[in-house]
Amino acid sequence: MKVEGKRKIWSEYQKEIAYDRFYYVRSCIRQTVWPGAENIYLRILRDVLGKEVIESEHHTTCTGIGYHTEVVPFETIQTVVARNFSLMQEAGFENYNPSCVTSFGIYTEILDTWHHFPEEKEKTRQYLKKATGRDFVEPKNLAHTSDVIYKFRNEIAEKAKYKLVDKTTGKPLKVVDHIGCHYAKMFPAKGVGGAEYPHVLAGLVEAWGGEVVDYPERRHCCGFGFRQYLVQANRGYSIAASKKKFESMEPFKPDLIITNCPGCNFFMDRWQYALAEMEGKTYGENGFGIPVLTYEEVAGLILGFDPWEIGFQMHQVDIEPLLKKMGIEYDPSQKFKGPNGEDLGVPEVPNNLKFIK
Amino acid sequence: MTNKTVAIIGGGIAGLETSIQLEKLGYNVSLFEKDQTLGGHAAKWDRLFPNRRHATEVIESLTKSIGKNIQLNLASPVNKINRENGSFVIETNGKSQKADAIVLATGFELFPASKKEEYGYGIFENVITSAELESMFSSNGKPLMTNGKAPEKVAIIHCVGSRDEKVNRPYCSKVCCVTAVKQAIEIKEALPNTEVYCFYMDLRMFGPGYEELYKEAQVKGVIFIRGRLSETSELEGNRLLIKSEDTLSSKPLKMSVDMVVLMVGMSPLSSTDNLLKNLNLEPNHDGFVQVKDYHLMPTHTETDGVFVAGACTGPNNITDSVNAARSAAIEVHKYLISK
Repeated sequence: MKVEGKRKIWSEYQKEIAYDRFYYVRSCIRQTVWPGAENIYLRILRDVLGKEVIESEHHTTCTGIGYHTEVVPFETIQTVVARNFSLMQEAGFENYNPSCVTSFGIYTEILDTWHHFPEEKEKTRQYLKKATGRDFVEPKNLAHTSDVIYKFRNEIAEKAKYKLVDKTTGKPLKVVDHIGCHYAKMFPAKGVGGAEYPHVLAGLVEAWGGEVVDYPERRHCCGFGFRQYLVQANRGYSIAASKKKFESMEPFKPDLIITNCPGCNFFMDRWQYALAEMEGKTYGENGFGIPVLTYEEVAGLILGFDPWEIGFQMHQVDIEPLLKKMGIEYDPSQKFKGPNGEDLGVPEVPNNLKFIK
Repeated sequence: MTNKTVAIIGGGIAGLETSIQLEKLGYNVSLFEKDQTLGGHAAKWDRLFPNRRHATEVIESLTKSIGKNIQLNLASPVNKINRENGSFVIETNGKSQKADAIVLATGFELFPASKKEEYGYGIFENVITSAELESMFSSNGKPLMTNGKAPEKVAIIHCVGSRDEKVNRPYCSKVCCVTAVKQAIEIKEALPNTEVYCFYMDLRMFGPGYEELYKEAQVKGVIFIRGRLSETSELEGNRLLIKSEDTLSSKPLKMSVDMVVLMVGMSPLSSTDNLLKNLNLEPNHDGFVQVKDYHLMPTHTETDGVFVAGACTGPNNITDSVNAARSAAIEVHKYLISK
């Protein structure tokens, strides 16, 4: 591996990322499955970095999953996107900041469509006016939430309490970065580092003291792939894709996986449990899985947020071995307590995937 | 002997041959070469297809024929040519020289393999180009990995930067198929126990001796797989993993190898863009110099007094370049005697 070769590519794929005043839009999957992650993102931006971030309760799904499964027509999704832009305009913001990689891909695709086919934009303007009476302007800046964390990675590193380092050995943690397909594979120039060797997460790992693991199936789908999972008959492909990745990364002994897509995070976490149950196979150390974290969960961890506030108890693969490895101070007794100390109930322990109760 | 001067831009095969022919026809020739040495890309090649003669033989044969009326201007890039009273004024290294006609023999540049990012050139050790393999043959007589050892398994990838719309190179570079076959044979001859695999789209063996070379490669044990490379990645211990599809058996394929050789195609020479604009010459649809009539006037351009020869008009092999050079010399002669 020649790191200088990658650095050259990274230098060619740099994008503009706004500095402040973000109009934040939530992810359908993330707010359901990892509510702590979105909360931590907002806290990092507002409390740690001092940024102004706003969101609207009127914001809707981008309908991306429906669009990619051919349930939602292109005209409809363009109008929905235009409405979301209209809400941003109404709030007096210009920097659109989606938390979902599929949404980011949708917004990028539609802005590109409007650039090349202005008649589509005009048609959308009419549809939106007819349907809602609204008008819209395009955002001045479109950046995914992982882009924003990337932009401020060094500032986060300066404020961090911990590093991505094994406390016992002093060695950097080995981190697998997995980038959502819709982040840059469709529009490489819109992703930090491009599509083939993205830097958006590798840059975080480097800045926070870890070591990125490059493994043969790095580009392979996480296993979500809408048509693999949403079509019930194809779900075997979904878990087979995830398995292929785990088998490929296993010899490199990664300490954690960092992702920037809600689907990737979910499937790489949950399928480790399913594979352990189906085949008795686990991919982490000592019968545990490989922890799968989002970029802001990792940021929150090194900044010293309470692991249970970040929402690590929502993960299927236990994060506690990683916390111990990094020397994170935490209270194990709070693992299954809610924000107000209420008992969330202890989940059933899987048969084959180790989990600390 | 006339008192007329022809400026040749480019000292590769086409530029040298045009100069030699024009001198024989009685003209003064000023040859401008941007590098310190003559021979162009061929000078960096070890052996040539189809008969594997040494490239130096061809270049030496040409350079020996350079007569006293050919003025060599080495390390002299030409960025501007002005017209003045029916003549051309060539500007190089801060000096000006006059000429009555111009022959552009500026050649091509190799496709930058790093543009096919997924192939891993510049990222992984032992992913090299066909040109780098030639250098290895010149210096070591065999390919060697960065650790100094000979590879046990080599994958040769055809059509890198050719017939590929993703990198804006939709055309065929003509010489890569036969170069791949030649290099595969040379690897087998130098390292008989090394496995060599060629990944191709289809094999365009159009020239005399090419098909025979392809057969020889098969006899020598080179394995041909019809499929394009999808991606290269690195295994533990710096071995390379390549993914492709064997399209004849319709099966995806993964293979671990020690070395990947990318058959880089011919690209238009970007450093001549300004010069072409300066001479009011349009690029053709592939970005090379547009000739006046593809069938009947292949060495003329739309600009009076400006002629072309060699790979600046599109991918050419050495034979094509020599033919074009001789044709251009005759056309220049006809143009100058009619003036």
